[in-house]
Amino acid sequence: MVFLIQQTMIYAIPLMIVALAGIFAERSGIINLALEGIMIFGAFCGVLFVRIMQENNVFTQQQGQLLMVAAMAVAAALGALFSLLLAFSAINLKADQTIGGTALNMLAPAFVLFFINLLTHQTAMGMYVGDAASWFMIKPSTFGLPRDHDFGFLGNLLINKVYLSTYICLILFLVLSVILYKTKFGLRLRSCGENPQAADSLGINVYKMRYAGTTISGALSGLGGFVYALTTANCASTGEVAGFGFLALAVMIFGNWTPLSTALAAVLFGLFKCIAATYASIDINGDGVAMLAQIGVSPYVYRLLPYLITLVVLAFTSKNSRVPKAEGIPYDKGSR
Amino acid sequence: MYRLDKETGKQKFFAGDGTKSVISALISIFIGMLVGTLIVVFVGLNSDGISAKGILEGIKLIFLGLFSTGRDGGDLSFGFNVVNIGNMLFRATPLILTGLSVAVAFKTGLFNIGAPGQYLMGTAASICIALSVPTSSVPAGIVWVLAFCGGILAGALWGAVPGALKAFLNINEVITCIMTNWIAANLVTWFFDKSNLKNMTEAGKVGYTYKTSVNGVQTPGLGLDKIFAGSQVNGGIIIAVIIAVIMYVMMSKTTFGYELKACGANRHAAKYAGINDKKNIILSMVIAGGLSGSAAALYWLSGHTEFYWSTYQALPAVGFNGIPVALLAANNPIAVIFSGCFMSILNIAGMQLKTLTAYNEYITDIIIATIVYLSAFSMMIKTIINNVQKKKSEKGGEK
Repeated sequence: MVFLIQQTMIYAIPLMIVALAGIFAERSGIINLALEGIMIFGAFCGVLFVRIMQENNVFTQQQGQLLMVAAMAVAAALGALFSLLLAFSAINLKADQTIGGTALNMLAPAFVLFFINLLTHQTAMGMYVGDAASWFMIKPSTFGLPRDHDFGFLGNLLINKVYLSTYICLILFLVLSVILYKTKFGLRLRSCGENPQAADSLGINVYKMRYAGTTISGALSGLGGFVYALTTANCASTGEVAGFGFLALAVMIFGNWTPLSTALAAVLFGLFKCIAATYASIDINGDGVAMLAQIGVSPYVYRLLPYLITLVVLAFTSKNSRVPKAEGIPYDKGSR
Repeated sequence: MYRLDKETGKQKFFAGDGTKSVISALISIFIGMLVGTLIVVFVGLNSDGISAKGILEGIKLIFLGLFSTGRDGGDLSFGFNVVNIGNMLFRATPLILTGLSVAVAFKTGLFNIGAPGQYLMGTAASICIALSVPTSSVPAGIVWVLAFCGGILAGALWGAVPGALKAFLNINEVITCIMTNWIAANLVTWFFDKSNLKNMTEAGKVGYTYKTSVNGVQTPGLGLDKIFAGSQVNGGIIIAVIIAVIMYVMMSKTTFGYELKACGANRHAAKYAGINDKKNIILSMVIAGGLSGSAAALYWLSGHTEFYWSTYQALPAVGFNGIPVALLAANNPIAVIFSGCFMSILNIAGMQLKTLTAYNEYITDIIIATIVYLSAFSMMIKTIINNVQKKKSEKGGEK
């Protein structure tokens, strides 16, 4: 049970944070199709940072948590920088946002694989020494306790074999959701995605707000990309994130562009991902029987269910879906 | 807006919309290549393993990779390389067709980012038919035709899903295409996982299907394999060109094509004018899907390529590359033939870079992505051209 919840969270956290990235961009009026590309780029930057730091012995293994937080910050910062490409073409040049996003989705893996290949002569780049679990995972030994220390159910669930990144992302998610709904800035940002002309007439700088939305979006997807690489790919960058960016897009739509429902959707889709990855060995009620394997449903069903559900939900809710009204339309001061 | 020459009364060459599209495409290509060159130089200067000569060789191959004939006594040699050109034509075949797929949808105002999914469904259908219909009882030629049509049909059906959702429920086709892409990736992997088409006999081929030539099904060479001896080329490229011409005629010479374009320009106005917008949107996606399906069929039915079926985590790049092909061609079906070949030339250049220098093939993907990024604001380039012309004509007026 503990294993199932923890595994689900490992998949749900990147989905949640990247879906929030999508919300920030779309509520400001910019379709960010490049979530996937920015994730790939962020993962690469974070892993490269970890490598360089390890190579130069800046951090010791005891300071792993510190290194991880620093790498998360680097991934977020460079993800934001990368997303400026989209913001520039979509806001200043009023170009087609879907094409701009597609371009970033193509550019990121090409760029990342080009450099990985140059640096390692392989198609993947991992850590310089050690692995993600021994450097970054919170274990009994992190607190100076023996390896097989038992924290009790809740303790095992919350602080044994987890990554600090999970909690950082959860806090970020909460803080940013509050900002989006309870502050002046958030209200202004959302108004630019609904009716930019009205917002402009009230003295809000639509371009600035849209830049802010896209940049926050880029930072969150870069961060999400690195967290994904850290927790599911043993801190390795391979020029792909297995379609997580697109899945996050589905999560966002499923969550109807609001943070709370999106978080729930992320957990649901994370559960599907988790079942698909571990269904053969998963033991839900602890009786030693892998129940899901015995039901005999193919893992591919769990893998495609999130996409299928999203399609069905879209089909049924298309009439009262809460799509930001002005998303995808370049803001032109002259038009009304 | 046409500008006519004052003296002759003819349309000026530089004023035509087509010419502007060509110019803006060429500018995009030029900047893309420039970015690639800059990265090659930058990386070369910052890494110890690459000398000044290495940098120069990298740049040479980016521009002239198609004519590379390998190394001759330490130096790169260039010349007319029939194998490269044949392979270029072979790789251009699916690119032209996915490019057409994206272009036709674009003309109807739809962004077909679902080409990878349609391509995968076409792949599954055509490989399945080509391998499971016994050629001992059915002539191989008929099996080939069946497999080709099956691929088209599967792609068309898959394209119809986002089309129908767009037409009846007005759901953004980009989102539904992305979802159907990943559903297709999982379905296809599932299908091949359960099938008996997996290559179980050759070690090192785990995860691949059999080649269709195992069952004797192979696209005929139509003489091209003789001209470009030693390359992978076959009659598929001719079929692709014929399809492109058919698409051109359909889009610009028939009522149906006119209706499609009218829906693309303004769906509501088209409806007001008595055009069945729902039917046209679905048909446009069906045609787009069929084209992507035919791309897959022609690629895999060549008989010498094996499909890596465990693809649930990745979508085929050739589907996405249909987007730059269509954008570069400004959605003109005839121009798609050339932009498809251009992409394929870049591909070949990438492979030469990988085998002959310290660089790798991904630099060409960077160039392609840059071109897509630039074509997003091809409108701006066109406006600049217009402004330059205006200034020129104003100056002319003063004299």
